[in-house]
Amino acid sequence: MIPSAFDYAAPATVEEALGLLAAADAAGDDVKVLAGGQSLLPVMKLRMADPSMVVDLGRIAGLNGVTDSGDSLLIGAMTPHHVVATDPLIAQHVPLLAQAAATVADPQVRHRGTFGGALVHADPAGDLPAPVLAAGATFLISGPGGQRSVDAADFFQGYFTTAVEEGEILTGIRVPKYTGWGSHYEKFTRVAQQWSIVAVAALVRVEAGTITEARIGLTNMASTPLRAAAVEAALAGGPATADAIAAAAAHAAEGTDPASDLNGDAAYRAHLAQVLTKRAVLAAVGLQAGA
Amino acid sequence: MTATTERSSAEVGKARLRKEDRHLVTGRSRFTDNMVLPGMLHLAMVRSPYAHAKITAVDTAAAKSSPGVMAVLTGADVAGEQGSLPNAWPITPDQKAPAHGAIAVDEVAFAGEVVAVIVARTAAAARDAVERVDVSYDELPVVMDLEEAFTDKVLAHTSLESNKSATWVFDSAEAGTGSSVQDAIDSAEVLIERTFYQQRLIPAFMEPRSTVVDPTGEQITMWTATQIPHILRLMLALTLGIPESKVRVIAPDVGGGFGGKLQVTPEEVITVLAARHTGKPCKYTETRSESLQAGHHGRAQVQRLKLSAKRDGTVTGLSVNLLADMGAYLGLVTSGIPILGAFMYNSIYKFPAYRFECNNIFTNKTWTDAYRGAGRPEATFAIERLMDELATELNMDPLAVREKNWIRHEEFPFATVAGLEYDTGNYEAATAKAVDLFDYQGMRAEQKRRRDANDPVQLGIGVSTFTEMCGLAPSRVLGSLSYGAGGWEHAQVRVLPTGNIEVVTGSSAHGQGHETAWSQLVADRLGVPFENVEVLHGDTQISQRGLDTYGSRSLTVGGMAVLAAADKVIEKAKVVAAHMMEASEEDIEFSAGSFNVKGTDQSTSLGEIALATFAAHNLPDGFEPNLDSDATFDPSNFSYPHGTHLAAIEVDTETGHVGILKYVCVDDVGVVVNPMLVEGQVHGGLAQGIAQALYEEAVHDDAGTLVTGSFVDYLVPSAPDLPHYITGRTETPATSNQLGAKGVGEAGTIASTPAIVNGVLDAVRHLGVKDIKMPCTPSRVWHALQDAKTTGGVR
Repeated sequence: MIPSAFDYAAPATVEEALGLLAAADAAGDDVKVLAGGQSLLPVMKLRMADPSMVVDLGRIAGLNGVTDSGDSLLIGAMTPHHVVATDPLIAQHVPLLAQAAATVADPQVRHRGTFGGALVHADPAGDLPAPVLAAGATFLISGPGGQRSVDAADFFQGYFTTAVEEGEILTGIRVPKYTGWGSHYEKFTRVAQQWSIVAVAALVRVEAGTITEARIGLTNMASTPLRAAAVEAALAGGPATADAIAAAAAHAAEGTDPASDLNGDAAYRAHLAQVLTKRAVLAAVGLQAGA
Repeated sequence: MTATTERSSAEVGKARLRKEDRHLVTGRSRFTDNMVLPGMLHLAMVRSPYAHAKITAVDTAAAKSSPGVMAVLTGADVAGEQGSLPNAWPITPDQKAPAHGAIAVDEVAFAGEVVAVIVARTAAAARDAVERVDVSYDELPVVMDLEEAFTDKVLAHTSLESNKSATWVFDSAEAGTGSSVQDAIDSAEVLIERTFYQQRLIPAFMEPRSTVVDPTGEQITMWTATQIPHILRLMLALTLGIPESKVRVIAPDVGGGFGGKLQVTPEEVITVLAARHTGKPCKYTETRSESLQAGHHGRAQVQRLKLSAKRDGTVTGLSVNLLADMGAYLGLVTSGIPILGAFMYNSIYKFPAYRFECNNIFTNKTWTDAYRGAGRPEATFAIERLMDELATELNMDPLAVREKNWIRHEEFPFATVAGLEYDTGNYEAATAKAVDLFDYQGMRAEQKRRRDANDPVQLGIGVSTFTEMCGLAPSRVLGSLSYGAGGWEHAQVRVLPTGNIEVVTGSSAHGQGHETAWSQLVADRLGVPFENVEVLHGDTQISQRGLDTYGSRSLTVGGMAVLAAADKVIEKAKVVAAHMMEASEEDIEFSAGSFNVKGTDQSTSLGEIALATFAAHNLPDGFEPNLDSDATFDPSNFSYPHGTHLAAIEVDTETGHVGILKYVCVDDVGVVVNPMLVEGQVHGGLAQGIAQALYEEAVHDDAGTLVTGSFVDYLVPSAPDLPHYITGRTETPATSNQLGAKGVGEAGTIASTPAIVNGVLDAVRHLGVKDIKMPCTPSRVWHALQDAKTTGGVR
């Protein structure tokens, strides 16, 4: 468990970090950005990743924390999972994110690993992408050409691949407020500390017994997180009843492309997506406690 | 049944906190990897990525010129000196086994086999150079599946003509211990035929294996994470042709073993070779990946079974036909593991006919060997699953079927159909207590309610009884089974001038708590304070004789040696006491640390005698001035702990998820020295057994690569995954040792696996599911339920 030798830099500002990335790129170095390191360091120790340089964002001021900006919250990319899980603004306006962040790995990882780091890592079985997608977040990316923003729908591009290009850094995530919505993250694993086999993030707005809007994100049902569009459409405008929710959840596997592995084949995952969607929505509307 | 030791004791039976824990929990431990010697070099292994291949060339030039590298050794470099790793248990005279060099010379037979070793100034330099060794391979066909290997279509070794290592048969009609199984099957009113699969498991001890070798001077000193310093010393001497007297093995703090450190490993031999070649101290510590890939695995059997019975539930015979996966080589006791199970398939039952046949088969995987329970969990699983199948077939309560067949308490001692003599047992008492703690009838009512309501979460009740043979082992019995050593244990009790006691034990602990338990034994026997007893172990220069720790043998064999040595101390001290008090030896009575002259108020203490003996100013003529005593104990019989485990299992029929609602176990481990240590052993054992039922499986792909190569995929459960255990005990003392103890190290592991699987099936059998392979993952359970809907439930 000893990684190959690598150079290490810990810049103090985003600009300095971008400069280091540009210089490394120019020098032909294989550079990796370290944003907590809870995924990067294990793969380096296993020598599945072999960067010649690591740029650690951990000492950049201003990338860590949650701020209220009116209609949305701005979550700094270097905000640790445990802060996301316990922050009062997130608890008030997007508790879905807090609940999902609390299911990530173990307490040590949640104190070291970061929100932005996990999103850029884009593990299909990771627990943060689907909630962020369901919430319609916007990703703030800095690069040599300045800042740009990318919608969540365009951010996740494939296995471990996002819209963040080489030489760029994710600095923050803007998440709209869902104050007063019901929400739930339903995660299914074989043991307590495990990546999701399948998980479902549900944001549901109910008015007078009718579901007026539903936003459903699926974890690990394809190479990227997915919106369960057919479920969302089936729920919208319907009654917030167990039968209606179960009927809508039966659409959860439509348009998915889950993998088969030791934890289950694609057919099993397709089935799980339906069961877990039903449970997540039921819990979100307060009809049944989630698992 | 006989009464056991006088229980005047203050210490035996007391839940003493562990003496070992202060240094462990405060980080003042010394594991092998903590050892740093001056000038020490570090090793890294070059391992084969292929499961079966010819080695055509090994180019080490680039690695040798890599920064910090002192040496690179290949199989060819050490072929003349590395010998062949030992197998101490040739189960038949014609047992076949490939030569097993620590470093492969011209053929590799599993992915992870060592083909070269880097010796460098730092661990990082050694690791870097691994990638600079260029090994050329010609790939050979691999055989991974046990049943396919049995056909010999693909051979695991080009040097062998067959994948079959040995066939071992026990037949009760031939042995004279019972009647003919074939007759029982031919006349069966009910015949249950099943095939069960014991998946491969990985011991997954907490401390990875680590070895440091110091070749200074004439002697080789090895620190190593092992369960068996004494056996290892002997085997290193035999394997490498070094005089035994030149080898010292030290097992410092060892972080768990579960059988996984009951081995003479290639890496230990390689570390000696590296130290010998460089003349420097060398250290090797495996990574977790290496541990999972190349350490020995456990279980890995296919069990083909036939159980014959009458319609009233009386079992009339059992036929067992095993395929046992050796993996690519025979480790220290690989070949004997299924044989340890052979005596346990009849378990607590008294059916009259039994036949056991085992074929030991080679495949292209790392070899199997001892893993907690070693053969006995597999046997118990088979018979306890069959008893449930029989109960289902006859529409009987699973407990009633068991009671119909078990040995009643008044029938002990009982000569079993497998040829053992069970000394004591009370299955009625343990079962009654378990039923009570579990609220068996209440749980059955809840099960019925959920079935009637078609509840998505169904309830199953899993039953398992068990017994096992512990206290390995009577040396004569081992001899009759062709094992290469005896089963005795040695101890020394030393009385220091201050009256403090040193106990030297040959049973070297690796987490069990021997220091605490032995201190309790000796404190009682010699009447000295618990705190005044020091236990020394794990160093062949301190503890010169021993056969180490495995098979729940420590207390029942090693502990008895300690007591026997303490008794000799008392006898010696009586001589001095008589002399000091001018009385006759016959008139000296010993109790609670005090030597009294019968019928008088004259007395002296062990401490006073110790000082007088040390000074030696006034001792009886001819008396050697010391009280120290040695004893070697060879048990006359195994001990037979038993128990009844009940599990309430919830199966979420929507997801296939299995949860444990309630777990009750009542174990009868005989007389208990320290209830807290026993509780800890039971809890850990249950976790490991539950892990086999629900979580763990070593999976290889068709090419031979271990897919479950990290803890991401090899799922070891942790505390949140396990239930609150309700544990109880009954106490039926063993008669094979003076304390009445039976052994507890493996009990939980043995009984919990079938209890859980029986519970899973009991929850879903009414939905048409017949069987589910272990581990019963949510995916497998869900698929079984789907298949039951579509095909009538055969999966």
